[in-house]
Amino acid sequence: MKIDRRSFLAMSVGGAVGTALTPLPWKIQDDLAIWTQMWPWTPFPPDGENTYVNSVSTLCGGGCGITVRKVGERAVKIEGREDYPTNQGGICNLCASGLQMLYGPTRIPYPMKRLGERGANQWVRLSWEEAISMVAEQLGEIRQAGQPETVACLSTRPYGSMPALLKRFMTAYGSPNFMTTPSMMDAYDMTLKRMHGVDGRMGFDLENADYVLSFGSGLIEGWGNTVHMIRINSKWKDTNAVLKQIEPRLSNTAAKADQWIPILPGTEGILALGIGYVIIKESLYDYDFVNNFSAGFDEFRRAVLSGYSPGNVSKQTGVDQSTIVALAREFARARRPLALCGRGQGTVPGGFGEYVAVHALNALVGNINRPGGAWAMPRPEMDGWLEPVLDAPAEAGLAKPRLDGAGSAAFPFAGQLFNRVPVALKAGEPYPCQALLVYDANPLFSMPGSGMVREALQQIPFILSFASHMDETAMMADIILPNLSHLERWEDVPVTEGFHRPMLGLAQPVVDPQFDTLHAGDTLLQLAAALGGTVAASLPWENYEACLKEALSPRWAELEDRGYWIDENFTPDDWSLAFPTVSGKFDFAVSGADLKTLFAMTAPQGDDGSYNLKLIPYDSVRIANGAVGSPPFLIKIVSDKVLKGKTVLVEVNPETARAAGFGEGDQAVLKTPLGDAAVRVHLSDGLMPGLVAMPRGLGHTAYDRYLAQKGVNANDLIGSVEDTASGLDATWGILASLVKA
Amino acid sequence: MKHSGNFGKPKRYGMVIDLDKCTGCGACMVACMAENNVPFKEDESKKLDSISWLQVYRLTNGKPYPDAEVCYLPRPCQHCAGKHEGHSPCVSVCPATATDYDQQTGIVSQIYTRCFGCRYCMGACPYHARHFNWWDPVWPKGMEKYLNPDVSARMRGIVEKCNFCFQRYQKATEKAHAEGRRDLEENEYQTACTQACPAGAIIFGDLNNPKHAVHQIAKPNLKKGGQPQNPKAFRLLEELETNTKVYYLSSKQWVQDAIHKPHLLDQKEAHH
Repeated sequence: MKIDRRSFLAMSVGGAVGTALTPLPWKIQDDLAIWTQMWPWTPFPPDGENTYVNSVSTLCGGGCGITVRKVGERAVKIEGREDYPTNQGGICNLCASGLQMLYGPTRIPYPMKRLGERGANQWVRLSWEEAISMVAEQLGEIRQAGQPETVACLSTRPYGSMPALLKRFMTAYGSPNFMTTPSMMDAYDMTLKRMHGVDGRMGFDLENADYVLSFGSGLIEGWGNTVHMIRINSKWKDTNAVLKQIEPRLSNTAAKADQWIPILPGTEGILALGIGYVIIKESLYDYDFVNNFSAGFDEFRRAVLSGYSPGNVSKQTGVDQSTIVALAREFARARRPLALCGRGQGTVPGGFGEYVAVHALNALVGNINRPGGAWAMPRPEMDGWLEPVLDAPAEAGLAKPRLDGAGSAAFPFAGQLFNRVPVALKAGEPYPCQALLVYDANPLFSMPGSGMVREALQQIPFILSFASHMDETAMMADIILPNLSHLERWEDVPVTEGFHRPMLGLAQPVVDPQFDTLHAGDTLLQLAAALGGTVAASLPWENYEACLKEALSPRWAELEDRGYWIDENFTPDDWSLAFPTVSGKFDFAVSGADLKTLFAMTAPQGDDGSYNLKLIPYDSVRIANGAVGSPPFLIKIVSDKVLKGKTVLVEVNPETARAAGFGEGDQAVLKTPLGDAAVRVHLSDGLMPGLVAMPRGLGHTAYDRYLAQKGVNANDLIGSVEDTASGLDATWGILASLVKA
Repeated sequence: MKHSGNFGKPKRYGMVIDLDKCTGCGACMVACMAENNVPFKEDESKKLDSISWLQVYRLTNGKPYPDAEVCYLPRPCQHCAGKHEGHSPCVSVCPATATDYDQQTGIVSQIYTRCFGCRYCMGACPYHARHFNWWDPVWPKGMEKYLNPDVSARMRGIVEKCNFCFQRYQKATEKAHAEGRRDLEENEYQTACTQACPAGAIIFGDLNNPKHAVHQIAKPNLKKGGQPQNPKAFRLLEELETNTKVYYLSSKQWVQDAIHKPHLLDQKEAHH
């Protein structure tokens, strides 16, 4: 075909028309517009009146004062309360993400009953009346059968009106089995009881300490009250106080410390005894305190001098002899030295011997009940309530031993040992558990040996959860009576966790309930009323608010007005009055314990020679690992050297990794006696050779797509190891190996 | 942001961040995201496309065990003034005047509706302080309730960055105007990160005002492009003469040396 002018023009025009008719240019323009313009699907948050509501956060044990900015009815920002004594305007990353928990899709919207297999996450909605009567019927039957003791209850926090109300309910019902999830505070309670003779809680005057020996405590990573501790760390920088961090891994705390002293995991207590050896041997201890206000020093000295010379200790701990001697001299010569323990965030107590060894250092230098020292504090009590009324079945039930063995002949000094429950249930001793009430706790995720915990939960025929978010334990429940979220409810929040003043905060509703949920306190009162009899008579309040007001009646006006109450002038007892032990003195001999056994190191699980490494869990300040899972903002700020896609990175010393043939980012299988997990390797010069470190708080199977199925739950790989001397969970890690994927 | 008006004397808002106190907890990052409606998505472990106006870097001294040391370094937008006020690297290259230097406050703005996503500014910024929205933000059902009405949500295809919580400056000045005042008190205008920091490591204020803590600590030499006269203070990549408004304090020599190496702020190199 010949192309003439005519056909050329026709083709050009045809082409132009054709191009104009195809959707392509319009599509391209449209796309350009989408990429460059504001579009209606971008949310346009409505404006409204700005108000601020003060409250206290209950997301962790810290109990920081918060002020929530509201626009109209919406809560838009959580900030720290500047006039709150503990956090003074600061806020932690979890608390600052709190609105994602309030409004997020993981909220449990209404009461529900399990449908299908446990853990299948299939539910049918119930009305509150139905739900309460179903639970009351279940609990009523067990009580009718004369077995009220077979009902157990678990809470995370030990103090405050909610735990007290749950405990009261259990008492009136007839069960001795009220428990809290284990923590370092259990071990410190025991230390106080056995060395001071005090039934109370431990407080630390950290602000005034000038030399701090931390035996693995993540002081700025969630140990105690997170924000308060970070503030104190800053103060230490201003006052040139010294922090020595003793742990196998270069944690944030170690990074901020004046010296990081790497130590073989699980031997922290032995190092404390080595330091004690030098202090005793060189007579650096406080003569006045030791000679006049302590008993059992000879036994203690004998135990220490017989096996904990710097040479010996150095071999066991991997810490140089010279370092041990230097630490001892510095510690003893400091004006206000303080020794602390409780690994990481203290969510696993550790062996009792460690606490005795570390606390004995405070006693050796006489820094007990003194400024900058360790203080025996009274427990927060609910003094506004009358005693519960007990009928004969309740009396009979309460006379039974506890499921966890706390208070028994084997563990007379333990307040509670929830870590022993899985073992007890497996053995069927002393009796099976027929029902479990779970309040504000997620033991299936947060406790070492989650496999054992799962087995235990499977054995319990009826699990009632008060969860406000769908966590792992709630997914195992038969009925969920969802609690209001932390920003929708009243609650008193005693500040404990090592704080050295008696203090109480008041959480108040910031927004109206977003869902068909009910305050767990009200649920409990309704349950009691439905059960009737003495249970109802013991919990007679019309609603939780009335019950709370009565419990706090002496301080209610102040709490309502200011949002907190604090005893600023609290001072601990003078040495002459401080120790209600048999001798009336501080007891270095730990009320007659066999010190040699007490100080023996707890061996990790799996010692069969087939593992060449040790796996240690670590607590990260950027990952929530307790009763609450990490909200999206929190998981967003997790490093890509910790979590990449859905895979967790474990830290390994480059030398150890090279020997095993691993480089940065390599895939590997981490094996422990409890199971295998797919991981990646991150080479870290901040970890002792021979170890693998894994963060706690990942590997959720519940919650939303932002958190679930990411990484591995360290508790799946690390089992619970019982401290024979105390029954406490002494887990610090497990034997492991790393093989090619 | 030229519309911020003629309000009192010109300010140079800036920060001093004490790296000896910073614990790397990340509360500042979360507070910033909560204040500024920063979106999140399912996988945020690809840090190159993860939007965080304030990034906390983890620097190491590069020494093997047991001599390894770590320092955390929070990096907001540095609000460069350049050789003369307004000669910021990003402002100089923006073809849409979507990013601008406010002579009244010294704040480098980002005007979302003007930005068409060419990302020249991202290439020009030596601090990796700018982020591109590759996707439209999606909040899970219910979570849109917490969005701050003072900050517009950004759409796909535009660049965003830290603006020292400019909406807070606007609110504070409005209030001051209403009360007939010409100047702000130091505590009237504070950024969300400053307010949240549990360590008190971030201090914010007017570098021009001798009464403000930032001025007293950093002691900026205005004749020499704002160079700090406090020997403990330094700025990131000082040699680029970007004349930034974020000063850092560290007592450690290796940290002071490290900040002159641009690769340390490379997202692939040291991102935490």
